Amino acid sequence: MSQTYRLNNSGQINRDKKISFKFNGKKYFGYEGDTLASALLANGVHLVGRSFKYHRPRGFFGAGVDEPYAIVQMVRNNETEPNVRATEQELFEGLEAKSVNCWPSVNFDIGAINNFFNKFLPAGFYYKTFMWPKSFWYRIYEPFIRKAAGFGVASTKYDSERYEHKYEYCDLLIAGSGPAGLSGAYAAAKNGANVILAEEKPRFGGSLLTSEVNIGNQSGKDWAEKIIAELKGMPNVTVKNRSQVFGYYDHNMLVMSEKVSDHLPRSKKFSPKQRLWYIRAKEVLISSGSIERPIVFGNNDTPGVVLASAAKEYLKVYGVLVGKKPLVFTNNDSAYETAIEFKKNGIDPIILDSRNAPKSEIIEEAKNLGIQIKFSYVVVAANGYKKVKSAQIAQISPDKKNLGKIEKINCDCICVSGFWTPTIHLSSQSGNKTKFDEKIDAFVPGKSKQNETTVGSANGIFNLEETISSSFEKGYQLSKKITNNDNKVSTPQVSEKKFTNHDKFWCVPLPDKKNLKRFLDFQNDVTVSDIELALREGYRSIEHVKRYTTLGMATDQGKTSNLNGLQLVSDVENKVVPSVGHTTFRPPYTPVSIGAIVGREIGKHSKPTRKSPIHSWHEKNNAVFVDAGMWLRPRYYKKGSEGLFEASKREAANVRKNVGVCDVTTLGKIDIKGPDAAELLNRVYTNAWLKLPVGKARYGVMLREDGIVMDDGTTTRISENHYHMTTTTAQAANVLSHLEYYLQLVWPELNVNVVSTTEQWAGAAIAGPKSRSLLQKLFPDKDLSNEGLPFMGYTEGDLFGVPARIFRISFSGELAYELNVQSDFGNFMWEKIIELGNEFEIQPYGTEALSTLRIEMGHVAGSELDGRTTPYDNGLDGLISKKKDFIGKRSLNREAFIAKSRQKVVGVVPLDKKTSIPEGSHLVKDASAKLPNPKLGHISASCWSVEYNNPFSLAIMKDGKNMIGKKLYALSPLKNKSIPVEIVSSHYVDPKGERVRS
Amino acid sequence: MLYIKCPYCGLRSQNEFAYGGDGTVKRPTLNKEVSDKEWDNFVYNRKSPRGKHVELWHHISGCRQWIKVQRDTVTHEIFKTVSADKEI
Ligand SMILES: [Zn+2]
Repeated sequence: MSQTYRLNNSGQINRDKKISFKFNGKKYFGYEGDTLASALLANGVHLVGRSFKYHRPRGFFGAGVDEPYAIVQMVRNNETEPNVRATEQELFEGLEAKSVNCWPSVNFDIGAINNFFNKFLPAGFYYKTFMWPKSFWYRIYEPFIRKAAGFGVASTKYDSERYEHKYEYCDLLIAGSGPAGLSGAYAAAKNGANVILAEEKPRFGGSLLTSEVNIGNQSGKDWAEKIIAELKGMPNVTVKNRSQVFGYYDHNMLVMSEKVSDHLPRSKKFSPKQRLWYIRAKEVLISSGSIERPIVFGNNDTPGVVLASAAKEYLKVYGVLVGKKPLVFTNNDSAYETAIEFKKNGIDPIILDSRNAPKSEIIEEAKNLGIQIKFSYVVVAANGYKKVKSAQIAQISPDKKNLGKIEKINCDCICVSGFWTPTIHLSSQSGNKTKFDEKIDAFVPGKSKQNETTVGSANGIFNLEETISSSFEKGYQLSKKITNNDNKVSTPQVSEKKFTNHDKFWCVPLPDKKNLKRFLDFQNDVTVSDIELALREGYRSIEHVKRYTTLGMATDQGKTSNLNGLQLVSDVENKVVPSVGHTTFRPPYTPVSIGAIVGREIGKHSKPTRKSPIHSWHEKNNAVFVDAGMWLRPRYYKKGSEGLFEASKREAANVRKNVGVCDVTTLGKIDIKGPDAAELLNRVYTNAWLKLPVGKARYGVMLREDGIVMDDGTTTRISENHYHMTTTTAQAANVLSHLEYYLQLVWPELNVNVVSTTEQWAGAAIAGPKSRSLLQKLFPDKDLSNEGLPFMGYTEGDLFGVPARIFRISFSGELAYELNVQSDFGNFMWEKIIELGNEFEIQPYGTEALSTLRIEMGHVAGSELDGRTTPYDNGLDGLISKKKDFIGKRSLNREAFIAKSRQKVVGVVPLDKKTSIPEGSHLVKDASAKLPNPKLGHISASCWSVEYNNPFSLAIMKDGKNMIGKKLYALSPLKNKSIPVEIVSSHYVDPKGERVRS
Repeated sequence: MLYIKCPYCGLRSQNEFAYGGDGTVKRPTLNKEVSDKEWDNFVYNRKSPRGKHVELWHHISGCRQWIKVQRDTVTHEIFKTVSADKEI
């Protein structure tokens, strides 16, 4: 069978280019310009999937974004993608797609048994069915739901495609290139505005592609082509097809998803698959058009039931017949165009019109063409399982309540039209309060909240002449407002057929004693009786009805079902539709791929990677790196078969015995200058700063206003009004913001400037008993004796021609120095240290050894300064000035902070001196007590003490001061460990701090 | 995404800024006796008004100035932005 439903010469496809593709493993042919849907229909394939809940056969209903159920799993370039609408997917050579929601196959689906047990799957079935017994949940219900739910399978592979983000600014963004959008764009562009015109489909023109109208002596389609060509040539206009404006956010920010390569077998080199545009528009013209809504009747989900507008689009754009014996069922004039198009192509349709003898130009034309029309007739039900075979039809009474005798009529498709629903998603997302328009039984935009204007059928205008003239006017006015230009182009003449009124009729009553399924929401399998049941069960708010029944959910977002659902609720509740209201329209209007949202921010690019200028040396010397914020820091330097434990032990021991060097470039550095610099430090830090002499460093702790420790570090007075502050690696950015906050907002009278210099200085810590000897080699001319450069002293030196800052500060607890040089000389400095340090058996050490050294010294760091501890908790009492005020001081008097049993940092040693205590373990009195076992404290940091060669930990513990000497247990349920421990002083090594002063 | 007019840099997108909380809070002056209640109000208690609200934003990826922004918490409309030293 090959394209037996393809017409010989109509359509806008390229018949010179035949394309082969596969659907469910079977090979078919189509043409360039087809969608997957149009190509399948050309081949007579109507069955594309199974429905969500009942697994009923499903075909095609729409021809674009309106499609609720033709959702397929795509395979493209060896990658799989779920949730693709067959009506939007353009055909390319080698395309492969599969049905979803069916197992084992679309033709024989086991889940269809749900259809026969459907009384067990009523509204709210998720909530009712799967509640009990509890033990069934994991074994039966969850696996069942997982297998049954969803529209396809997400890929588990890494997506090798490229996705991009683009930021754009424009005067006027126009969403939709139908007659309204084209008119607005043209008028605005000619008036000098910067315009972006976005069209979701590959072809521009919207309804002009399928309608029989004339604009300015041309067919509508030719006029659209001419306008687009002219717009494309204008420098102030960006025209984008395959681009869906899917979200309207605050302050006129709109987001558009451009499908750059989805229509190609594979993306071109250097070209993304999709591009997400963030557009800040001064004004927005919403010309998103309207979507035809169905009339609800029995078994209206049978494959072969399609929207009349979709049938027309398949005919006129793709040259495809959705059937050869069509029935057109309508309550309005627009479906007559579909019938006429069938007739012109040699197919005899029958029209069933629910109205009683309406009169209009197009009805007259249909009659003159000899089309059979049955007025006051309706389709009661479709017959056929996998495809429409016939229809049950009947006459309907003028009040639409009673059906006449049921007749059977042969047909192979039913083209249904229940009038048009304006697409108001974007308007509503912008904050526009919509209003109900009685004339068209639908909501239209109300008063604008942001700078947005809706035109054309999206605004409820279904008359082309009015659409074009009002859109030209809006385009002109909006552009004039922005550009102040006054160049108005003339509006073209329009000729179109005049339509008469539609019938306010949306649902065919059930015949006596028949219980046919009448679907409202095709994607989520929501029927008329589901909504009725939800209302009987007491659901009133339309938002609750939606969630209980799943009406209007998922990727469809109620595009074809929304209004019929509201009609039903209002009928049952005896209310008018506007008082029922509608559910909130939320972005995205159509599904957006996760790849497009993430863009280029994946893997390594998800955040910047900061590397010290010494990074490549570390790499060459087998450093194993660890993430420290955005920085990469050497964790340890691997020698031979060493692991983390052996290497860090070796490195730390060498610092205690000889000398080590550590890259401390990542420490935050802030340059502070100005006559009031000392005063600022005095207010920011808890200790006194006014008397620090030039050439001296001081350790300081800063608090938040709530008394909790924010950060610590040393600050050095470089000269009279110049200080160099260091912060922890993690808090560098916060401390700078903190200082700026106080300088700009709280104490603007202080004459001080602060600037980050973290990246301007490379730093190396040289620590160990032999560090002074090494430093003397690096600076042979300087007096570096204990008197010449005492502990907490600062001097400047010449490092073989490179100016260097020398600080005598220590984190390791050993005699230690820190060197700073300009970043460009960082590697030079490092290599000199290593070179001259060789005779002192120098070894580089990483963050793990650094932690070991500070933990066994009892120096608090990030794991103790965790945003929950006060300076007292950390044993920093000596740093709290009694004489002066500082940030957070007033909070330190809080009752809880000074309570006797307040937590304190202590040391913890396992009784067996062997078992390492996992960080995060809880300290308890009784290891076997009943849960919840009262917690006395937690282990904040653990190391292997190189000084004593046994494990040592720090803990933050309640009443820690009085716990020293106590024997407790460290419990780690995560690691399944219970370790007997003894509480000791946190200052495990050199408690008097003699080494740093030696 | 909000569009915030930095008094120094002009209109910039929200992602260049960090939110800084209530802009009407005044820190008690240093070295002054402050009651528990007054301090509690300064550190912890914030109003969450519906409607106009003066708040702080830090142009952290721009000029690094803290600014005051008067914004409607319901509609997100921004009425006014001023530099840190000015009042709204
Ligand atoms: Zn700025």
